[in-house]
Amino acid sequence: MADLTTEFLGIKSPNPFWLASAPPTDKEYNVRRAFEAGWGGVVWKTLGSEGPPVVNVNGPRYGAIYGADRRLLGLNNIELITDRPLQTNLEEITRVKQDYPDRALIVSLMVPCDEESWKAILPMVEATGADGIELNFGCPHGMAERGMGSAVGQVPEYIQMVTEWCKQYYSKPVIVKLTPNITDIRNPARAAFAGNADAVSLINTINSITSVDLDALAPQPTIDGKGTHGGYCGPAVKPIALNMVAEIARDPATAGKPISAIGGVTTWRDAAEFMVMGAGNVQVCTAAMTYGFKVVQEMISGLSQWMDEKGYAATSDFIGQAVPNVTDWQYLNLNYVAKAKIDQDACIKCGRCYAACEDTSHQAIWMKEGRVFEVNDAECVACNLCVDVCPVEECISMVPMAPGAVDPRTGKVVEAGYANWTTHPNNPAAQAAE
Amino acid sequence: MANGHQASGIVAARLPAADIADNFSDLHPAYAPHEAAVAADRCYFCYDAPCMTACPTDIDIPQFIREIQAGHPESAARTILGQNILGGMCARVCPTETLCEEVCVRETAEGKPVEIGRLQRYATDALMAKGEHPFTRAEPTGKRVAVVGAGPAGLSCAHRLAMLGHDVTVCEARKKPGGLNEFGIAAYKSTNDFAAREADWLLKIGGITLETGKALGDGVTLDGLKADHDAVFLSIGLGGVNALRASGEDLPGVRDAVDFIEELRQADDLAALPVGRNVVVIGGGMTAVDAAVQSKLLGAENVTIAYRRSRDAMPASRFEQDLAASRGVKLMFNVMPVAILGDGAVTGVELEYTTVEEGRVRGTGERLTLAADQLFKAIGQTLDGAPDGVALEGGKIAVTGAGRTSVAGVWAGGDCASGGDDLTVTAVAEGRDAAMDIHAALTS
Repeated sequence: MADLTTEFLGIKSPNPFWLASAPPTDKEYNVRRAFEAGWGGVVWKTLGSEGPPVVNVNGPRYGAIYGADRRLLGLNNIELITDRPLQTNLEEITRVKQDYPDRALIVSLMVPCDEESWKAILPMVEATGADGIELNFGCPHGMAERGMGSAVGQVPEYIQMVTEWCKQYYSKPVIVKLTPNITDIRNPARAAFAGNADAVSLINTINSITSVDLDALAPQPTIDGKGTHGGYCGPAVKPIALNMVAEIARDPATAGKPISAIGGVTTWRDAAEFMVMGAGNVQVCTAAMTYGFKVVQEMISGLSQWMDEKGYAATSDFIGQAVPNVTDWQYLNLNYVAKAKIDQDACIKCGRCYAACEDTSHQAIWMKEGRVFEVNDAECVACNLCVDVCPVEECISMVPMAPGAVDPRTGKVVEAGYANWTTHPNNPAAQAAE
Repeated sequence: MANGHQASGIVAARLPAADIADNFSDLHPAYAPHEAAVAADRCYFCYDAPCMTACPTDIDIPQFIREIQAGHPESAARTILGQNILGGMCARVCPTETLCEEVCVRETAEGKPVEIGRLQRYATDALMAKGEHPFTRAEPTGKRVAVVGAGPAGLSCAHRLAMLGHDVTVCEARKKPGGLNEFGIAAYKSTNDFAAREADWLLKIGGITLETGKALGDGVTLDGLKADHDAVFLSIGLGGVNALRASGEDLPGVRDAVDFIEELRQADDLAALPVGRNVVVIGGGMTAVDAAVQSKLLGAENVTIAYRRSRDAMPASRFEQDLAASRGVKLMFNVMPVAILGDGAVTGVELEYTTVEEGRVRGTGERLTLAADQLFKAIGQTLDGAPDGVALEGGKIAVTGAGRTSVAGVWAGGDCASGGDDLTVTAVAEGRDAAMDIHAALTS
């Protein structure tokens, strides 16, 4: 059995699966249930300054996007930070940490963007014995209108400033949670590390309106006839999160810095993908909100089996291993030529590959007598659309052509060497190939 | 107090009325909206979908399922009914296991097709529940068409003609429209008087005059109809029944299965319908299965279907065979009746085992006897009462193209016409296509 123990910023947890700061971690009762179910760590739902807590709406807080069979693919929320008194949360955090010393317990924080506010709350958090803090610079709704959350996360100078205060007034690790509602994720990440953050976590939720009530003509979730944008999360946002994680992992200014990845992690596979892409651990919310805390058990068994199959003894063996393979488009090998191949035994003859290719791509699939679908190599550009729309896994594959063979589409011999756009003759800015 | 399974002879009320009502409940109950959503989500929206090709009425099945997925069963129903005005009944009675569902790619993939029939029912039920008729008539053409027979072919033809602006008169020999939908299909496939409700709903298009109790030969002649109309469509079904040609065939207790099914379908109280203790059904088609299963559901103790060829040759689908077996009907293959036994009433049937050599059934000489106090003949129906002058082919009205008979101005479709399977859905397609051909002929 592979060892899933993960050390992130010196904080040990029995596995790399943490619950993200969100409704599932709002109070002691939920967090204890989460730890009993097997979660390696928890980021406690964001605390605000002392005083009357924020209030939430009293109507629907969530909206959803579904796939087939009403499988929840995307969730949007307009909930704010904790609406419970600060002292109550602090007391509960203290108790839970005492009872679960082997689990990671991080406290998410969001207070006004002034030094006094941070200076006031940090000692109180320090006193709980929690393992670290996460700065919520990502929440895109409600709090941002009050100058907090993503309103801070969208200004790198503020990120650096607040991170510096935290490092000054708090002794344990500081994680900066980034908002994806910006144009270039590298800038806030650089700012966080410039402020001496120990890690960044991302992504927070994405600005979104999930749907519109066509009777009320109002966005959903609808509160008394009106709606507002909320934060989008769940499996649908994973590709966006993966890209942002990769951008930070391969940015020379931040490469190698600790990342806690968040965004649509639903199974062990999602977690493994984020981790090979540079994340030291992952945070999960929507999967737990959809299926309950028990989902972590498949993540644990799945990651463990995969590690055994691959011969990884510890999570540190594979973290970041895919980062060198992320490159810019201009460096992709243009000599690489593949062709789609349809496994006739696996084909169920639905014809979706044909419809997709014939209507929307390159007319590279023949529909022959008896609904036999075959690839016309002379037209196939290996775009992968047929693979993507085929309902049968591994029925269609992309098979690379061997060097020396002639590509029937171009009539050119497949070259063995590597050549990319930077040296391509069609590129007006091409450099002479060495 | 029920008489029980073992009461001898042909008696009513073998089971408590509640049990009988339960036995005759919907074979494929209507989907609840959630079930429909789950079932619809399984459709892959195939290109040039095999299900669509397999449908005799060419319903755009992926389209209607997508409309259900997108929350509009009524729109799905319009897609269905535009091709097949009896889409509601076909959803209930089509042998989908040998048509659309047999070729569903998910049958290939998982051995479980998308349940197209039940989804079709979900859609058509949703629209019909609104009590509206979805089609309107074109401007009147002033043309008059006579339709003889208000079965699936006749109703389909009449509806399409009325929609195209023609005035249609439908003559029906019986007191109700519907044909086999009303009189000839197992009750558990058409519950809650669906056939009659569907016919009423269909007639809401307007422009169709239904004259019941009027049959060809009974004051109605083809020449007379031709004289009064611009075209005639014959959909008179198969009124005759094949004989067994076995001794004892006239004994009391021996009956045509179609008569039994008709009586059952028209019965107000199934508990009052008598059935034998030991029932033998001779035949191997849907009528045989319908008679056998319904006998069992009424409380017969032993019901046997005796078919003279092998299982593979049986016209009733494997689904129907399994349905019969699951209801306790015994299926016997390669046996043929040689004598019906009894003195004053049937008491048994002597069967001979058969082999099939070069397509012909031959007795092996080995015989067995089954007890029977009721025996149903379900060995096929024949054309009865075709008008003189109309050419026949293979015992049916010869047609070419979209139902054109040998007589100019006269079309035919449904079971009475040559070609096609004798299915409701085929009849609907033939009626519709003949209507389009008649329309083309009348407006050219």
